[in-house]
Amino acid sequence: MTQHEVAPKKLSVFQRIRYSVFPGTQRPVKDQRGYRRFFNSLILHFRPRTVPDRTLRLTLSWGLGGMAVVLIFLLIGTGVLLKFVYEPFPGKAYDSILHLQRDVLFGQLIRNIHHWSANLILIVVFLHFLRVYFTGAFHPPRQFNWVIGLGLFFTVLLSNFTGYLLPWDQLAFWAVTICAGMLEYIPGVGLWLQKLIQGGPAVGSATLSNFYAIHTAILPALVITLMPLHFWRVRKAGGLVIPGAPGEIKGTRGESVPAIPNLILREVVVALVLLACILVFSVLFNAPLESKANPGLSPNPTKAPWYFLGIQEMLMHFHPFFSLFLIPILMMTALLGLPYIDYNTDTGGVWFASPTGRKTAVVAALTATVATPVGILADEHFIDLANWADHIPPLITNGLIPFVIIFAASAGFYVLIKRKYAATNNEAIQALFVLFLVAFLILTATGMWFRGPGMKLMLPFY
Amino acid sequence: MSDKKENQHALSRGSRRSFLVKIWIGLGFVALLEFIGVATAFLFPGKRRVTADNFKTVIEAGPADKFPLDSVTAFVRGKFYLVRLDDGGFLALSRKCTHLGCTVPWVSKEKKFVCPCHSSTFDIRGAVVSPPAPRALDIYHVFIENTVVKVDTAKKIKRTEFRSEHIVYPESV
Ligand code: HEM
Ligand code: FES
Repeated sequence: MTQHEVAPKKLSVFQRIRYSVFPGTQRPVKDQRGYRRFFNSLILHFRPRTVPDRTLRLTLSWGLGGMAVVLIFLLIGTGVLLKFVYEPFPGKAYDSILHLQRDVLFGQLIRNIHHWSANLILIVVFLHFLRVYFTGAFHPPRQFNWVIGLGLFFTVLLSNFTGYLLPWDQLAFWAVTICAGMLEYIPGVGLWLQKLIQGGPAVGSATLSNFYAIHTAILPALVITLMPLHFWRVRKAGGLVIPGAPGEIKGTRGESVPAIPNLILREVVVALVLLACILVFSVLFNAPLESKANPGLSPNPTKAPWYFLGIQEMLMHFHPFFSLFLIPILMMTALLGLPYIDYNTDTGGVWFASPTGRKTAVVAALTATVATPVGILADEHFIDLANWADHIPPLITNGLIPFVIIFAASAGFYVLIKRKYAATNNEAIQALFVLFLVAFLILTATGMWFRGPGMKLMLPFY
Repeated sequence: MSDKKENQHALSRGSRRSFLVKIWIGLGFVALLEFIGVATAFLFPGKRRVTADNFKTVIEAGPADKFPLDSVTAFVRGKFYLVRLDDGGFLALSRKCTHLGCTVPWVSKEKKFVCPCHSSTFDIRGAVVSPPAPRALDIYHVFIENTVVKVDTAKKIKRTEFRSEHIVYPESV
């Protein structure tokens, strides 16, 4: 004890502990607001002090980013619990899941929450991505946050995929086997990459331990690093993009209101409603579990996880070099490059850029809705270029030729939109985005519902 | 603002400090590269990581005359099919589809290997009958010692199409 620490009043040991944890409460509390001020200041370390009133509207953000955050925390929480029971070895993994579901109190519920949250977060993040795009929230100063967002999206996707294998049932084993088989077609590094990821010549014990380590350590660490970076950039940009009507003059931030309670209350409501929905859903519906993985027996049909079905469907129509390598690479590059295009105008905050943007987006959506199924059916039933010209390698007949045709058609579509609607490049690029988006969604739906045994095209529910 | 400029100026003058800073940054990169190298080497599947599987790679299938002509016998442990063609020759076919790696069952009724995943089919010699499979089924080395058929599963042999030199004949024929 030194003289500096003379306490004004004798404190009991409990008081001393309490004040060490909550130093703010040591000052004499005149009324209940003192505590509240302390907790508020805690919250304000994470959230801004004031926010522009107009960004609070639900029709701007739809609360989607916040939902993704809630789901991440839910996934980490339930995932840590699962780790206590799960055993990442081919002989044990499946049985440990059975044990979890049968013998562990709330085991099935925890697994369900993890499973449904993982699937839901993909949808939520995808919708968030769409809302950011269609509100033009990628224009400066938000360019780089778009890139960080894509990084988060990719991480979430990989988390889902690596987690898919862990139950080691038939569904998991074969979905991962065919996805690993897809890697083989990447020119140059494909085989090397496949071997590295599988940890051996086929999906087996080394694959399981690789996936387990990636799923439970590397990707969560990456998400936890990227998320604060993402939020920090949102704050650096002065909060969300300010919503505005088309043609409104930019730069009016409008009134700012205190974040507590205006923002925090909304966030808490979104979080609680989401939690309630997931809980109810997880009580009602069990996460699927098929029979134990059997490397000698492929189920018919064997499909990739649902979020890769768009790519799988492309694989049915294009040479693998195009469907698994060139097209995904081009799409990724295009997405990364989107905010860096030299746009005619800054449409930040305006849904679908402008009235023309809305019209052209609808035109693009309709075009894709007609063209994609027609393309799929034609390729399935009529076009057989590989047989008509059997001296030409399939890389050309099934790859280059259809690719060039689609590329030219898209370019033509772009020019047409620009001419016919006197569109800015914002609107025309958005129309292309919608075209590819809807085509991709239709490909995914085809893979999900219209592919039966032997991967033949057929109607669902029959 | 002007403070920053002055600082930068001092550094760019090529002072001893800036030189040292560059060395530190350089060393940092070297350390990073080393870490990446070690991590890749650690993770890359080599002999040390796969042991038990590699241990016994030569599988004794049995005496040659045990296998009837025009037959397909599955070896679950070796993950291959031992095929005996109607001219008496042997082939050891990998059961892994060359499209995306599903396991192809032998459908004796149709006399074909039919992949359940995307319905590629292969004939008894492993040649592609219908795509999407791009290549014939991989083969393993077959050798016959004292009329006993043995298959070396250590190395898969990739082939684009079936060729007659893939077939191994017992000596008596
Ligand atoms: C795990 C994934 C993600 C999480 C947890 C997340 C979270 C958030 C949150 C909480 C916000 C605040 C506004 C809102 O709720 O809409 C936000 C904004 C934003 N996000 Fe994400 N996000 C994720 C993925 C993405 C993706 C895939 C993109 C697009 C490529 C993206 C781009 C952006 C941008 C540009 C903003 C600023 C929007 C504005 O200022 O209006 N994020 N994100
Ligand atoms: S994996 Fe056999 S046809 Fe696709």
